[in-house]
Amino acid sequence: MKTFNYKNSFKMKYIAAFLICSICLTGCDLDETQEVVTKNNLVWADEFDVDGPPNPQNWNFEIGDGSAQGIPGWGNNELQYYTDRPENVKVENGVLSITARQETFEGSNYTSARLVTKGLFEKKYGRFEARIKLPYGKGFWPAFWMLGEDSDGEEWPQIGEIDIMEYLGDEPTTSFGTIHGPGYSAGESISKDYILQNNRFDKEFHVFGIEWSPNQINWYVDDVLYLTLTPEDVDEETDGEGEWVFNDRPFYIILNVAVGGNLPGAPNDETVFPQSMFVDYVRVYE
Amino acid sequence: MINNRITYLKILGLVLLSPMVFTSCERDVSDAAVPATFPTTAEVYTDNPVGLTDEFFISFDPVGGANPEAFGTDDNEAYLGSSSIRIDVPAPNDPDGAFVGGIFKDRGEGRNLTGYDALTFWVKGSTTATVGTFGFGTDFETSPFPVEISDIQLSTDWRKVTIPIPNSSKLTQEKGLFLFSAGSFDLDITPDDSEDPGTVDLGYTFWIDEIKFENLGTIGQYRPSIENGEEILTEGFLEVPIQITDLAMTANLESGEDVTVNVAPSYFEFESSNPEVATVDENGLISVIGTGEVIITASINGIAAEGSISLNVEGSFNFAPTPTTPAENVVSIFSDAYQDIPVSRYNSFFEPFQETLGGVQSVGSENIISYTDLNFVGIVFNDVTFPAQAVQPVNATDLTHLHIDVNVQEAVQDSDRLLLELTNYGSPETVGSYLISGSELLEDNWVSFDIPLSEFSGLGDRNRIGLLLFNSTNASNVSTISNIFLDNIYFYTE
Repeated sequence: MKTFNYKNSFKMKYIAAFLICSICLTGCDLDETQEVVTKNNLVWADEFDVDGPPNPQNWNFEIGDGSAQGIPGWGNNELQYYTDRPENVKVENGVLSITARQETFEGSNYTSARLVTKGLFEKKYGRFEARIKLPYGKGFWPAFWMLGEDSDGEEWPQIGEIDIMEYLGDEPTTSFGTIHGPGYSAGESISKDYILQNNRFDKEFHVFGIEWSPNQINWYVDDVLYLTLTPEDVDEETDGEGEWVFNDRPFYIILNVAVGGNLPGAPNDETVFPQSMFVDYVRVYE
Repeated sequence: MINNRITYLKILGLVLLSPMVFTSCERDVSDAAVPATFPTTAEVYTDNPVGLTDEFFISFDPVGGANPEAFGTDDNEAYLGSSSIRIDVPAPNDPDGAFVGGIFKDRGEGRNLTGYDALTFWVKGSTTATVGTFGFGTDFETSPFPVEISDIQLSTDWRKVTIPIPNSSKLTQEKGLFLFSAGSFDLDITPDDSEDPGTVDLGYTFWIDEIKFENLGTIGQYRPSIENGEEILTEGFLEVPIQITDLAMTANLESGEDVTVNVAPSYFEFESSNPEVATVDENGLISVIGTGEVIITASINGIAAEGSISLNVEGSFNFAPTPTTPAENVVSIFSDAYQDIPVSRYNSFFEPFQETLGGVQSVGSENIISYTDLNFVGIVFNDVTFPAQAVQPVNATDLTHLHIDVNVQEAVQDSDRLLLELTNYGSPETVGSYLISGSELLEDNWVSFDIPLSEFSGLGDRNRIGLLLFNSTNASNVSTISNIFLDNIYFYTE
């Protein structure tokens, strides 16, 4: 992971800047702390209000350890086996929980779940946000992210990847936003940390989102915008080698909890299992 | 406190009844209605003690080995500012005392720390020694709320230490603002040219700076525990109280590290599943008042603690008969009735063949010896077997008998054996043995033995007796008695 050194401070407070605008919002839940700049028209959402398995009209599962997809360890030497069992994923009390467990299952030592909207909901541009509470401890690697739709046969990183929220359980106050594309993928991706002050991501729910427009993506946590990326930034970061692939195709949403792998490292003796990522909602606005 | 609350309610009632008379909504109720609050000062030591008197450091009692000369301040070392606290940890042979430690005490009324979630400070060592204890909450008065962290590894650069507060709402008036304790016996380094893997008898220095209470907000995942997080199943006995021990709390810091602190019982809420069998007071002392089953659990701030104590109470504890031999005729190895001589170990843990577990166990205010998994085990009281724990052996030349009370905690067969062996560490070393057979023992009942020392066959001189061994194995090396209580083990003159 490469740290993106943005030149200007963009820690702008949405609330302060757009307070006047907020009165024209309708239908916002009380728990929504994010105020909106431009994209207020809700076009897709899962509020996880019905107990049971996740709504199959919104979510597909990706099952296994990645071998079936040709990327064992999901390309990162991750340790979990994804299932669709209620032990690993369920909706209860208005919240989706994706639970990572330490258990021997199909040759893996951990189980978890990975939900995708692929084939069900794919969209180019918009405001994508989710309200999430995260687990903690070495080895936990939950994420709320997006991949480009690939029915044309194009492959990663050409299809593009937007990581709205990634987080490592042994850094409980830090999340990060990232893009991957041709010339800036995997360890060369363009990324920035957001460090929560006087709070932790495993203590309560926080809102993670992006605002994605032609030639621009903004990342925010709660009411703080912490990263803006444009084709110019990609050019600068890659010495002109990278290509902005985020005007090309619709993307689908992914929610998952990985265990271990290249980025977080393996769990240690202090890592507590089972633990869950809790998702209060996922909403998409235009 | 209760009085304050009543006063407050009365005045609040008056306020509600007469809202019309107020000309300003800014007006406060009378001072009498405000519960007494104490200063919330966060800093304990920055470049100087903050809000403390000049004599803020109180050493542990020098009678206990504390070295009060080892504490000072240093204007040449500081993490921030110009000064730090300097601790010169004495060597074990320091005539002024082998360890340094004490508290920083608020000499006033105390502080309100309810708004903080941690005590933090910076520390740096002259070497990478391990400091035994840091903490707060001890005031050398009633000290209801100590919190301590053990075995902090120093760095030769400044390092921040964070001690989470388990439930700061308890700390409305705290006087014990800081505590430390360090001895060079904590220094665990092996010099290159030494083959002794033990510790090195050197003093060292460490510095402490920027001691303060903070409201970090970045501490999470509070996990309290009692009894080391274990679910203890044990027998309880009427009117024999049991102290809940090993109270701790683990929390996760901003760095992702777990830190575990030892926590006073007063931070916990205890619960008895059956108050007709047992109750628990705020100090974690279980009173056993009825027969039946009960589970004792605990929580801090609504978070259930790992670990519990399950008691099965069938009746009163059956204690061994109280000895009647006059104390002046007795050399006691283990008895509540006499002053025991110094003993190295009540369970020898001889390696590699000993399997016996257990040792001294308190039953209320009394003590017994309880061995489990017995094959053989020694009570060691000599200067040969464990040199680091050397004590004087017993000169039994003028003593005539060994007394011991035995209570087998399982069914007894006539063929069972309990072989007693006494070792005299003279020249030559001799071992005398005396066999108690199963036919002389009872299940769940005490049997008293008064064995003439002359009947320990093979024992020569009796001037340096230093080991009493119990062996329950038969000729096939199979243990015949596994679980046993012992009490009142003493030599005497008839």
